[in-house]
Amino acid sequence: MIRLEQRAAPAQIWTFATPIVAVLLTMIAGGLMFAALGTPPVQALKTIFYDPLFHPQFASYSRPQLLVKAGPLILIAIGLSLGFRAGIWNIGAEGQYIIGALFGAGLGLAAFPSESTILFPAMVAAGALGGWLWAMIPALLRVTFRTNEILVSLLLVYVAEQILARAAVGFLRNPDGGGFPGSRNLAQHSGTQNLELFANSGLHWGGVAAIAAVIFAYIVMTRHLMGFQIRVAGESPRAALFAGFAPKRLVIFCLGFSGALAGLAGLFEVTGPAGQISIDFNSGYGFTAIIVAFLGRLNPFGILMAGLLMALTYIGGELAQLTLSLPGAAIQAFQGMLLFFLLGLDVLTNYRIRLARRRGA
Amino acid sequence: MTFKSILAGAVLGLGLAGAAVAQDDPLKVGFVYVGPIGDFGWSYEHNEGRLAVEEHFGDTVETIYQESVPEGADAERVLTQMALSGADMIFTTSFGYMDATVNVAGKFPDVKFEHATGYKQADNVSVYSARFYEGRAIIGHIAGKMTKTNKVGYIASYPIPEVIRGINAAYLHAKKVNPEVEFNVVWVSTWFDPAKEADAATALIEQGADVIMQHTDSTAPMTIAEEKGILAFGQASDMINFGPNAQMTAIIDNWAPYYIERVQAAMDGTWESTNTWDGIEPGMVEMAAFSDKLPEDLRAEAEAMKTAIAAGEYHPFTGPINRQDGSAWLAEGEVADDGTLAGMNFYIEGLTGEVPQ
Repeated sequence: MIRLEQRAAPAQIWTFATPIVAVLLTMIAGGLMFAALGTPPVQALKTIFYDPLFHPQFASYSRPQLLVKAGPLILIAIGLSLGFRAGIWNIGAEGQYIIGALFGAGLGLAAFPSESTILFPAMVAAGALGGWLWAMIPALLRVTFRTNEILVSLLLVYVAEQILARAAVGFLRNPDGGGFPGSRNLAQHSGTQNLELFANSGLHWGGVAAIAAVIFAYIVMTRHLMGFQIRVAGESPRAALFAGFAPKRLVIFCLGFSGALAGLAGLFEVTGPAGQISIDFNSGYGFTAIIVAFLGRLNPFGILMAGLLMALTYIGGELAQLTLSLPGAAIQAFQGMLLFFLLGLDVLTNYRIRLARRRGA
Repeated sequence: MTFKSILAGAVLGLGLAGAAVAQDDPLKVGFVYVGPIGDFGWSYEHNEGRLAVEEHFGDTVETIYQESVPEGADAERVLTQMALSGADMIFTTSFGYMDATVNVAGKFPDVKFEHATGYKQADNVSVYSARFYEGRAIIGHIAGKMTKTNKVGYIASYPIPEVIRGINAAYLHAKKVNPEVEFNVVWVSTWFDPAKEADAATALIEQGADVIMQHTDSTAPMTIAEEKGILAFGQASDMINFGPNAQMTAIIDNWAPYYIERVQAAMDGTWESTNTWDGIEPGMVEMAAFSDKLPEDLRAEAEAMKTAIAAGEYHPFTGPINRQDGSAWLAEGEVADDGTLAGMNFYIEGLTGEVPQ
């Protein structure tokens, strides 16, 4: 009989080993799925994990694209990770991402066609403010009425989507667009564009912000009192209370910080890769970032690697659809397996598997 | 060549020999879809067009596709990768791909792009769309005659010209045959969300609608109509399997003839950037078989209307037509011009509610 026995302390080795084992198990299970779909599994896995980096025809384009795709994921996931470690669950980053983009793009469009050099920095600030404000709704509701921030932040995503759709067909619509939905293209206008900083590097301001966020989060978590409070609150809420830490301040800080970073990510996307506010501008970054945060063990550098890995599965997945005719749903299932194995294996961090004989008899 | 030989090498390496590379390279045609090809609506019909191209040209074409591509930042990357993989021609089948298509077309001047439902052309970007409003006029006529409660429920996606034009065309022709008719329009803010569409259908029926029209892509409203024993119209494809009793007819998007024609032009070297807006006449808009639940004379009227529109004898937007606020839009006998129709963002007289702005 198999028995799970709780460890006295989380196993250090498994903390680091589970992501690797999870990736390996995903490859095996995913390979079996691809084989069942009639695609040679080795070739499918090579297309997903190897070709975007080293394929002679695609790699020169897809390698920089990794940064483009990973940037917003890392930026959002870093914000979420602080709250997650303190037991504060912001599930609504997708909504904060939308509102941040709307605030920043709204400012840029209001100033159109200004080419002032302070316009873009002001839009960045507006983007962060938008995300922060949207996250303040679940934060304030939690500290004043003790509502559940998971539900409130999640449901606000759907509200944000409605506002986005209304903006795209109404108040932010391109006046020169002949009645079609979608705003002006911000990436095509010098005052509001967020382009690659170095040609063919894939690095735009969003990537810079993501790297800065990683370093900032690392310093806060290891060197600052706020990081200590977050860790104590997450590991032992009662100890945090006895220590006199203000739990309300922590809720407001964590939700506000993650909201602001999600808003920033939205702003950098709408001024760069996406270019415009459209009905379906949000493409799930806020939700995928939750996976990235956990895949990276809520550790800033882990999140950096996890974001790049996740971006690889997206871009490689697209290549697999293209060159091997794999259905899109198979790629999504593959990504789902990754999260499944990761969370499943988490058991090993806190528990030990024992093969025990039945007692008595 | 490099890509083909590597692919062939990879296949050989896995012990699956026999990947013969043809002497004449087939024309490689890519398709990008906004939804899953199994939506039985918009993306499904575009994929049917792709399959028709494959069947028509056999070994002289090779098609590739990517489904469920979001209309945001990802579209440009998908298009670039498709062009890099050696596609000679790419169909981008949703409005939201417009700027991405134009951007990528600029980087790959030798690749021919075809963008559905947009308005930005370039030397290597054609645009094409269908005059769905012709079909809407016919179903409006049928709805006006068939409703007993005089209430028609309309499930609309987003207030864009395409959708507003459809509402106007349907209402205009329902009103002509039934002055008492009322349209109740619900905006669901999605193209494809079976649960939301089903909720909207249920709510409309509870408010008294006995005919449902939809401008969203799932089959959910049809299923609800079937359950509740009321009438409905299929959207984008024939949904008769989901509403054998409910479906009176369906507006079918048939892209196959256009896709075959354009691929042929690319092969012949006669491809040019064009702006196509076709309707019933060349077969881009088709009507599914009229249900035998309709009275015989109504079926004959619908057929006659279809024939007249196809022959160019009747334009669904022929004056006198006023705007919702009562101001004149088209004078007696005047026909709407394509420019106004393409950017239509107002209701015609008699419709209640407002176009969300």
